[in-house]
Amino acid sequence: MDPTKLTIQDVLALLKGRRASAREIAESCYRVIEAKKELGAFLTLSPERAYAQAERVDKIVASGDDLPPLAGVPVAIKDVLVTSGLKTTAGSRILQDYIPQYDATSVERLEKAGAVVLGKTNCDEFAMGSSTENSAYFPARNPHDPTRVPGGSSGGSAIATAAGMCVAALGTDTGGSIRQPAALCGVVGMMGTYGRVSRYGLIAFASSLDHPGPFARTVRDAARVMRIIAGRDPLDSTSAEVPVPDYEALLDQPVRGWKVGVPKEYFGPGLDGKVGANVERGIRKLEGLGCKILEIRLPHTDYAIATYYIIATAEASSNLARYDGVRYGLRVPEGELRAMYKATRGKGFGVEVKRRIMLGTYALSAGYYDAYYLKAQKVRALIARDFLTAFETVDVIVTPTSPVPAFRLGEKTSDPLEMYLADIYTVTADLVGIPAISIPCGWTKGECRLPVGLQLLAPSFEEARIFQIAHHFELAGGFELV
Amino acid sequence: MTAFVPGGCETGCGEKEVALTREEVEKVAALAHLQLTEKEFETFRRQLDSLLTYVAKLNELDTSRVEPMAQVLYPARENVAFREDAVSASLPRQQALGEAPESDGSLVKVPKVVER
Repeated sequence: MDPTKLTIQDVLALLKGRRASAREIAESCYRVIEAKKELGAFLTLSPERAYAQAERVDKIVASGDDLPPLAGVPVAIKDVLVTSGLKTTAGSRILQDYIPQYDATSVERLEKAGAVVLGKTNCDEFAMGSSTENSAYFPARNPHDPTRVPGGSSGGSAIATAAGMCVAALGTDTGGSIRQPAALCGVVGMMGTYGRVSRYGLIAFASSLDHPGPFARTVRDAARVMRIIAGRDPLDSTSAEVPVPDYEALLDQPVRGWKVGVPKEYFGPGLDGKVGANVERGIRKLEGLGCKILEIRLPHTDYAIATYYIIATAEASSNLARYDGVRYGLRVPEGELRAMYKATRGKGFGVEVKRRIMLGTYALSAGYYDAYYLKAQKVRALIARDFLTAFETVDVIVTPTSPVPAFRLGEKTSDPLEMYLADIYTVTADLVGIPAISIPCGWTKGECRLPVGLQLLAPSFEEARIFQIAHHFELAGGFELV
Repeated sequence: MTAFVPGGCETGCGEKEVALTREEVEKVAALAHLQLTEKEFETFRRQLDSLLTYVAKLNELDTSRVEPMAQVLYPARENVAFREDAVSASLPRQQALGEAPESDGSLVKVPKVVER
């Protein structure tokens, strides 16, 4: 039993044909996880939970009843999504022994659909980072070249999907944390419209930007997982009451005649030549599918990183105030209450988290609020306007996902700004709240062969459009472009 | 704090140096309830200074007629955020306190707050 290439459809077929049990499939995944332990993909494994679920699935198989849509599908969950009774650390020391008392809605929906949770994946602390090097536990490594990063912050989920440790995974995206690691590891990573997937149980980083979403090896699999986790949740007041279409049923609808916008600003200096060349070939592939390629402008692109890092850090400084050593998590006993808060937070948070709390606190502090936070909110509105205008003339927008392929561990850790610029093409969709996917778009040529990601963006609640065109791209061989 | 006020001019002053002082970094750390090491104070002073200089590029844009975007909005029925005011199942007290670093079983314990 080799699980490394399995799709969701394959798992269901194996079960229905009685060629493998859910337990055997889960066991085979754990063997891959063990064999590729040095990649650092998982922080915690949950075999008891996985085998109990596998047993439930195997009973359904034995009974001959219809299988739920993710029956026996092994999945990995980013460690910022809480899991009842299963340690959840957010990659941080401050939550090193935290056992949540409830499940994130996205996790609960996956398990209700029959998915088997194998464990919790490594990530940058509180999802703050673009390389998974900010994990308080250990860095994760790119499965295509272990001297390189997998991207981040959902690096562990991207690795687990790419290396065949699971069939699908959940990550979270605040500035590119699903799409950028998907690009760097060569898998599909999807972020829905803001409000499409409930944030209940997502350990908050920046609440106006956080989105849970799937990793998968095929567009069809990503579409299936998205359909299951999407939809209104009374436990998240910002989750949208918008019907969720059957994305899979729409995949084969034609895309001929679609207008695809190519924003000039995403192809400027800073874009690696090899990545740019692949993305150009990807665009020609879309043209070959009968799409019309149009050059568009998104004039405020250059301001996106500055806008993002003010808003995200301001929201983080507020959200992370809850880690005070009182109700859960680490407590460093030290004198009176305020001294205890400071010591706990000083010891429990890593350097990047502290840096962002500092920047966010500064941006929100008296006398600076208007100059930084309010200003950034206004520029956010201008960036959103750019996209609304563009979508008056095009159906989808295509860009590179990351300006560079996987970089080396340690290469960008000394300069925070350089690391932040890794998100230059992804932060805009989070700021605007529109859906976006990263799909594989071939490999870099030359001494090291690394995956390249292509990003597709659509208007709010038009996830179906993204899945549809991405699926056609995949069928036409776009993932393996040469 | 410093003389640098990014909102003070709408265009053309984004290049100005932000010169963050040690005292300002201490003040922010105190606001954020963060105990920092000597080394962190200096590193953060330098890094925050360079990040603030970078984000000052937003001042190249005239936003005097732009409404701030605090949240992503989409069409929704009125009061969609509210749910019915009905009692539903919640965590038992013991369990809710289960993750507290210090508890007597009915309350969370914290260091003394008020001097007698």
